[in-house]
Amino acid sequence: MANYSTNEFKSGLKIMLDGDPWAIVENEFVKPGKGQAFNRVKVRNLRTNRVLERTFKSGDTVEGADVLDVELQYLYNDGENWHFMDPQSYEQLTADAAAVGDAAKWLKEQAICQVTLWNGVPLNVAAPNFVVMAIVETDPGVRGDTSGGGGKPATLETGAVVRVPLFVQTGEVIKVDTRTGEYVSRVKE
Amino acid sequence: MTSPSWRPSADLATLRLRAELLQRIRAFFATRGVLEVETPALSAATVTHPHLASFRTRYSGPGPRYGGTLYLHTSPEFPMKRLLAAGSGCIYQIARVFRDGEAGRLHNPEFTLLEWYRVGFDHHRLMDEVTELMTTSLAGRLALAAPERWSYREIFQRYLALDPHRATVTELAACAEPRGIPIPAGMPADDADPWLDLLLTHGIEPHLGQGRLTFVYDYPASQAALARLRPGDPPVGERFELYLNGLELANGFHELGDADEQRGRFARENAARRILGLPMMPLDEHLLDALKAGLPDCAGVALGLDRLVMLAAGKDSIQEVIAFPAEHA
Repeated sequence: MANYSTNEFKSGLKIMLDGDPWAIVENEFVKPGKGQAFNRVKVRNLRTNRVLERTFKSGDTVEGADVLDVELQYLYNDGENWHFMDPQSYEQLTADAAAVGDAAKWLKEQAICQVTLWNGVPLNVAAPNFVVMAIVETDPGVRGDTSGGGGKPATLETGAVVRVPLFVQTGEVIKVDTRTGEYVSRVKE
Repeated sequence: MTSPSWRPSADLATLRLRAELLQRIRAFFATRGVLEVETPALSAATVTHPHLASFRTRYSGPGPRYGGTLYLHTSPEFPMKRLLAAGSGCIYQIARVFRDGEAGRLHNPEFTLLEWYRVGFDHHRLMDEVTELMTTSLAGRLALAAPERWSYREIFQRYLALDPHRATVTELAACAEPRGIPIPAGMPADDADPWLDLLLTHGIEPHLGQGRLTFVYDYPASQAALARLRPGDPPVGERFELYLNGLELANGFHELGDADEQRGRFARENAARRILGLPMMPLDEHLLDALKAGLPDCAGVALGLDRLVMLAAGKDSIQEVIAFPAEHA
């Protein structure tokens, strides 16, 4: 992997620090008029999402991280790992629980997900922004209620629990925003 | 933020304000009898300072400079001192200057310096005049509390509880850690100055000049640059910096007039450049000859005009006060 000079730093650049891949979030060039120049950088760990500050002497170089975002189709979970397929090459890739993280509860078979690969291995899995899923269990609602205040918990086919309006019933299919975990609408099948 | 790249990155109101500030500054010096001068941007010699990088080019036309390397000035200091030595009296210049390797929210590789010299002033008297110029420039734009002055030692004691003139590299490193200042790789074990720069930029500068002009003066002898040294324990360089709202705005000196001392500093800087793997720079013999002939006792200061416009216009980046910054030039 190429090395990058601090002069090539910009947000989004993927670099290696302490054996982990990081993305630059912010890069500020600081220099006293007559003194040493520094690049003051905020970086996000691509495995843990932890953000921290680092400072480099300007002109120094850092190893680049072999990190790539790809769209993969989710196939199945074998009880331990999640299996994905590249829809172009049909190559299959396996992601562990650390990579899938919170996205697990939104993963429905066949869904296309954005997967971050590090050295060709899934590092992070992002669920689609919106998913459509059936409700497997929710309390019967009060008749005559329209949407709005209140709501009740509903368990979806993947096990995720979201709050839904009282009029939504078991067996219905709904659309959910996975970024907020909020109900969006009912979906007619 | 998606305007096409042929368009200026500064809005027209800011460019008008910039023009108005230039007028105010010229009027300020006209009423004080300070002469406006112009000096070359291209020169056969340049600064030796290890942390200033000059652009270089080559002249290919007729005349004695045929085939020679020319450097774009990083400030007009050397030729302005030649004018002073020739008896110009007090002078100022508004000059476009060039520094390689400097770009960011507060830096553009070419920028505008307001540089002026006052014969008979020391650095404290020049700080008084800088205050007056700033007050005049920002009147009606930015309300300022009473200015303050701290020695370099005092600001380190105040914000980091250490003495910058005596602290060892180990002590400076130990000061950074608990304050969450990340230590870069490759910091030297035998040179305190990069550590002082690290602590200053990360731990002190963001606090300086909040709503007021803050002057920092009397720098370590190793950072005297072109300022004269005042003997003492320890000796200090009679240099100052001005901060406002966390921005470094100006750098001034009670000017060094000793030609031999100046030649020695140039040589030491070139030696430092060699250790850092940087090219050595040709010394400005015209400047050294002028110092030998006699520089009047004077103080001088260079003020970043673009940053002054940023403060007056309430902008956060230098790109918002320059019509066409480097990325769109």
